[in-house]
Amino acid sequence: MAQGTRQQRSTSRSSGRSSGRSSGARGWREAVPAPLVLVTGTEQVLAERAVARVTALQRAEHPELEVVGVDATSYEGGALEAVASPSLFGEPRLAVVTGAEAPAERFEPDLRAYLAAPADDVVLVVRHAGGSGGRKVLEVARAHAGAVLVDCPPLKKDAEKLEFVGLEFEAARRRIAAPAARALVDAVGSDLRELSASCAQLVADTSGTVEVEDVTRYYGGRVEATGFRVADAVVAGHRAEALALLRQAVATGLDPVPIVAVLAARLRQMVLVGGSRGRGDEVAKALGMAPWMVDRTRRELRGWTPGALGAGIVLLAETDAAVKGGGRDPVYALERAVLALCDAHER
Amino acid sequence: MTVWDDLVGQEEAVAVLRRAAALGSGALAHAWLFTGPPGSGRSTAARAFAAALLCDTGTGCGTCHACRTAVQGTHADLRVVATELLTLRIDAVRELVQAAQRRPSTGRWRIILVEDADRMLERTTNVLLKAVEEPPERTVWLLCAPSPEDVLPTIRSRARPVRLRVPPVAAVADLLVRRDGVDPAMAAFAARAAQSHVGLARRLARDEGARTRRREVVRTPLDLSGPTDAVVRAGELVDVASEEASSSTAERDARERAELLRTLGVEPGRAVPPALRSQVRALEEDQKKRATRLRRDVLDRALLDLLSVYRDVLVLQLGADVDLVNASMVEDLRALASRGGPAATLGRMDAIGTARERIQANVNPLLAVEAMCVALLPEPVGAA
Repeated sequence: MAQGTRQQRSTSRSSGRSSGRSSGARGWREAVPAPLVLVTGTEQVLAERAVARVTALQRAEHPELEVVGVDATSYEGGALEAVASPSLFGEPRLAVVTGAEAPAERFEPDLRAYLAAPADDVVLVVRHAGGSGGRKVLEVARAHAGAVLVDCPPLKKDAEKLEFVGLEFEAARRRIAAPAARALVDAVGSDLRELSASCAQLVADTSGTVEVEDVTRYYGGRVEATGFRVADAVVAGHRAEALALLRQAVATGLDPVPIVAVLAARLRQMVLVGGSRGRGDEVAKALGMAPWMVDRTRRELRGWTPGALGAGIVLLAETDAAVKGGGRDPVYALERAVLALCDAHER
Repeated sequence: MTVWDDLVGQEEAVAVLRRAAALGSGALAHAWLFTGPPGSGRSTAARAFAAALLCDTGTGCGTCHACRTAVQGTHADLRVVATELLTLRIDAVRELVQAAQRRPSTGRWRIILVEDADRMLERTTNVLLKAVEEPPERTVWLLCAPSPEDVLPTIRSRARPVRLRVPPVAAVADLLVRRDGVDPAMAAFAARAAQSHVGLARRLARDEGARTRRREVVRTPLDLSGPTDAVVRAGELVDVASEEASSSTAERDARERAELLRTLGVEPGRAVPPALRSQVRALEEDQKKRATRLRRDVLDRALLDLLSVYRDVLVLQLGADVDLVNASMVEDLRALASRGGPAATLGRMDAIGTARERIQANVNPLLAVEAMCVALLPEPVGAA
């Protein structure tokens, strides 16, 4: 067993994809069957894939594999033992325990008892969906020698999402052009489930290398509009783009209140950066911002006078009151503010 | 000594209340609405009136058991309702309606005193209507609000009004010297700086930190020269308010939580069982609401101090013959007064008023104060 552990560890190190994960944990693509597999992380899609991968690998080796689901939140004493006890025909079994982040009282002692004497032909997969609950379960599972630890953190950076798209196509033995992948992430990148579904659809409905045209045909006109993108367009003075993004954001269900907050935070940053002298990193330190934010804000400041920024803040305070019930139509108030801010920007 | 001693500068109201307290059942109005600016002593007046009604000697002697317990709000027949949250809960008010039906146990009257009648939503107020209109023979309602407009007309028309005025500065200073043993010079300063708000004056007189904070706040107009100053200064104002609010709540929040857990039988350090979590959550929500209210109140107080500066500037600009609130910074005030005309000063006072309204209307406090500071800049910024 110890031998096997060392091998598994070294695989995860050499893969180079474990950055940002807790030490010893691996990504879902490296999930392999083991007496105990612990799947942590909040990204449900990836976790499901990890579990599916473990199941598939185990089934490839043992076609008669029996898969059992156990819900830890409504766990009743003895269930683990029942799953692990030898069956009539002795088929190998794979038990998937979900909800370990909110386990019932009896689960953790049973798990501890089971792990003290694990059954030979059973793969136990424990899924912990993140959060502070079930800490003891995690401790027990992590302390178990030979446990395979899989972590599925959410993909936050665009680069990670691009890599995900690339690997999705690779797995389907297809290719996607880099600009096309970029367009796809821009269009549906905020939700990983949607992104993976979109990849699957493109694989099914197109042939050859997927190009930008293919992505536009299916997902054209869809832009992930967030308050931040609206703010980007506004401080750059791009009137039409700002308005289009704002409409898109509101139409896809974004509340006006956080958009106003983002705009206000942006203007606040610009005023503070505009009022401070010195090297970028010094200013960043003084204001508690990231250095790249200071540089970006300085570029954006070119079109703005201090007076225009001050007037913008006054306008946003008025808008904040209007979107919080002071006015009749929050969206109108917000549009008016966005247009006025774009006009205040000097061309 | 009488129960009326702590109520300063309200001779007219006291005379009315004294006469009423001497009346027997049938002649006494069954609902009273105490109105007056913050700090004028609305709840003090209401408590004193309650004490006079419940007093063993019937005069409000201030020495009998009934008087003392009534003033402290612990008398068995007196129910005091106040809230530290943003609004009074509807459940709490429904309970009052039931309590109003009971006969007094030891005293002559059952008295229900609502200190924050203005902090009721409309539907909450409607629960009270029937009970206030026709209470049982021996029940008296005492409601307090800053102004009659703060309660619904339907309540207003059912209650007898008692208007308190802003007490004279000298009377407040006197009270501080007499009751709290404050040095006369300090008492005069505090009473003037607090603009006759009794509670605030007491705090200013006794708390060095409060004086320092006030000094910082009233200097704000002098520090503003451009939008950057406005944003920085606004950030400081809001931070100071949050700090002051959280420093006074953090300890209390933790204690309340520990007490609740003990009542629920959860051992310290152990996780709260799922079945009890909703109770802990309810407490946390209350604490959060209380913190919001406190943060707003502290910030509002700072804005009022700032308003007093522009009031003084306006006094100087118009050459009015009234005392300055911030007499200690008269040179700075003259400099501010020379910067523009009364119209500009009034515009700035409006900006402060707008910020106060916006903060009450749940606008992000930082944004509201930033906008206000921009409006206070010496050079007006162009319209966006």
